[in-house]
Amino acid sequence: MSVNHLENRSGSPGSGDSPIDSYRERWLRSALKVAAIVAVVLAACWESGVLNPVVLAEGLPALGALFADAIPPDFARWREWIVPLYDTLIMSIAGTAFAVVFSVPIAFLAAENTSPHRLVYHASRTVLNALRAVPELIMGIIFVAAVGFGVLPGVLAVGLHSIGMVGKFYAEAIEHVDDAPVEATRAAGCSGLQTVCFGIFPQVLPQFADVSIYRWEYNFRASTVMGMVGAGGIGFELMSALKVMDYQQGMAVMLVVLVMVTIVDSISGVIRRRFK
Amino acid sequence: MLTIDKLTKTYADGHQALRDCSFTVPGAQVVAVIGPSGAGKSTLIRCINRLVAPTRGHVHLGDTDLTAAGTAGLRDVRRRIGMIFQEFNLIERLTVMENVLAGRLATVSFLQAFLRRFPAGDIDRAFELLGRVGLDGYENSRADALSGGQRQRVGIARALMQEPELLLVDEPTSSLDPKVARSIMGLICELAGERRIPALINIHDVGLALGFAQRVIGLNGGRVVFDGAPEAVDEAVLTRIYGADEWRDAFRQEGGEDMLAAGGAAS
Ligand SMILES: Nc1ncnc2c1ncn2[C@@H]1O[C@H](COP(=O)(O)OP(=O)(O)OP(=O)(O)O)[C@@H](O)[C@H]1O
Ligand SMILES: [Mg+2]
Repeated sequence: MSVNHLENRSGSPGSGDSPIDSYRERWLRSALKVAAIVAVVLAACWESGVLNPVVLAEGLPALGALFADAIPPDFARWREWIVPLYDTLIMSIAGTAFAVVFSVPIAFLAAENTSPHRLVYHASRTVLNALRAVPELIMGIIFVAAVGFGVLPGVLAVGLHSIGMVGKFYAEAIEHVDDAPVEATRAAGCSGLQTVCFGIFPQVLPQFADVSIYRWEYNFRASTVMGMVGAGGIGFELMSALKVMDYQQGMAVMLVVLVMVTIVDSISGVIRRRFK
Repeated sequence: MLTIDKLTKTYADGHQALRDCSFTVPGAQVVAVIGPSGAGKSTLIRCINRLVAPTRGHVHLGDTDLTAAGTAGLRDVRRRIGMIFQEFNLIERLTVMENVLAGRLATVSFLQAFLRRFPAGDIDRAFELLGRVGLDGYENSRADALSGGQRQRVGIARALMQEPELLLVDEPTSSLDPKVARSIMGLICELAGERRIPALINIHDVGLALGFAQRVIGLNGGRVVFDGAPEAVDEAVLTRIYGADEWRDAFRQEGGEDMLAAGGAAS
């Protein structure tokens, strides 16, 4: 087989690699890539101590002791958690609404088929990438510094970070619309804005709704930690409990958060199924 | 009156889809445009309302020079031209009524359209048209719940909703089975006739073309190679339009040979 293909190769100079040859080469190249990735992962694990038996031998029992300290969970202060939980919920809703309102126009600018200009397209894509790149917790720290403690900086942080992802998904939905009805709207003499609103918008509405509800679910989870940087919500209670090493209370807060997250997830699931 | 003068289209890749096409549609007349695949039929229709930008030549609708119209002028003249598509081009998720009213979108303000506040007269006419195309009682159905034939009826109602001075129709029946195709073609020609709207209809099916049109334009390689009455379409003409071998296949496949005989074409 291999002799044959060597002959072929010398027999037809200039015709490039034979299929088998290039196939093997490609295999070798992907094998090298995989090996490189495995090496990096192993190095990272070693450096971080995950693979270090000494560190593990010390760490795991400590973790066990911590867990034992947290049992049984202490729900005595549950009344104090109602308002922070409520704050967390409204932060997630208001933050998502904030994101949706700004994502819609940006998405139309960031979709290839509706963007008025290449420059606008690239600029809005860059804005979306930048917003996605800054984690909401860091935005939270910045907004707490700017507007003070409370739910508002949390809303701004969650909302602004969400625009990056929501806007990108909206834009992708817009890029995948069926062109046919859009063309029909244009052929009937509609302006660009009318075409967008009546030819494209009805088509993308279900996806927009789906992405938004999913994002609300995500934002509720994100909102539970915003309190750790002073941006309102239940995270502050968790932080306080852990700071004074009251692990039983910390455990109770975490359990409450777990229940709330599960409830929000299932509500979101039910709503999203409605839009299908 | 529609006047096409030396219309030429060269696509960006250098392909000449239309070469110096000229003809006039004087009044209410149903004109079938036939020709092999790639002859330039769709390009011709799309160059008229400038969904495709013509390279050279002129298109006049009445006194308006479409090829010279600016953005606003183009929108105005597009309102006067109704278009019917092979794939219906409906907004699938919206109701039949909303799709029909889409034909009037360009005549109402943005806010009116957004709030679905179309003038009462428009809504009355939409109901009347739905009845006329045989979709009484379907106004609240979603477009994606309809059959192909029914969707095309919605497409026809939408085009007529514009009260057009011209109908451009691109392969209205190619996505439908033969029986439905016949009734749709019949409906378009009937409506164009009774409302005295000239219609330019691209159609694969020579049998349907000869059966329904008052005039036939044959395209081949982007040129008008025949322009005359359906009665004048004989084997020689079809050979000129389709080439020596192809037309018989195309024709027989569509079940149109009896049409040629019955249509009184010389043979
Ligand atoms: N956007 C485009 N860019 C380049 N060439 C194109 C484009 N659209 C069409 N063409 C070419 O122009 C020629 C005419 O196309 P057109 O769609 O008008 O033909 P048609 O007669 O409608 O064919 P069919 O019966 O298959 O619909 C074809 O050769 C086609 O490949
Ligand atoms: Mg075509």
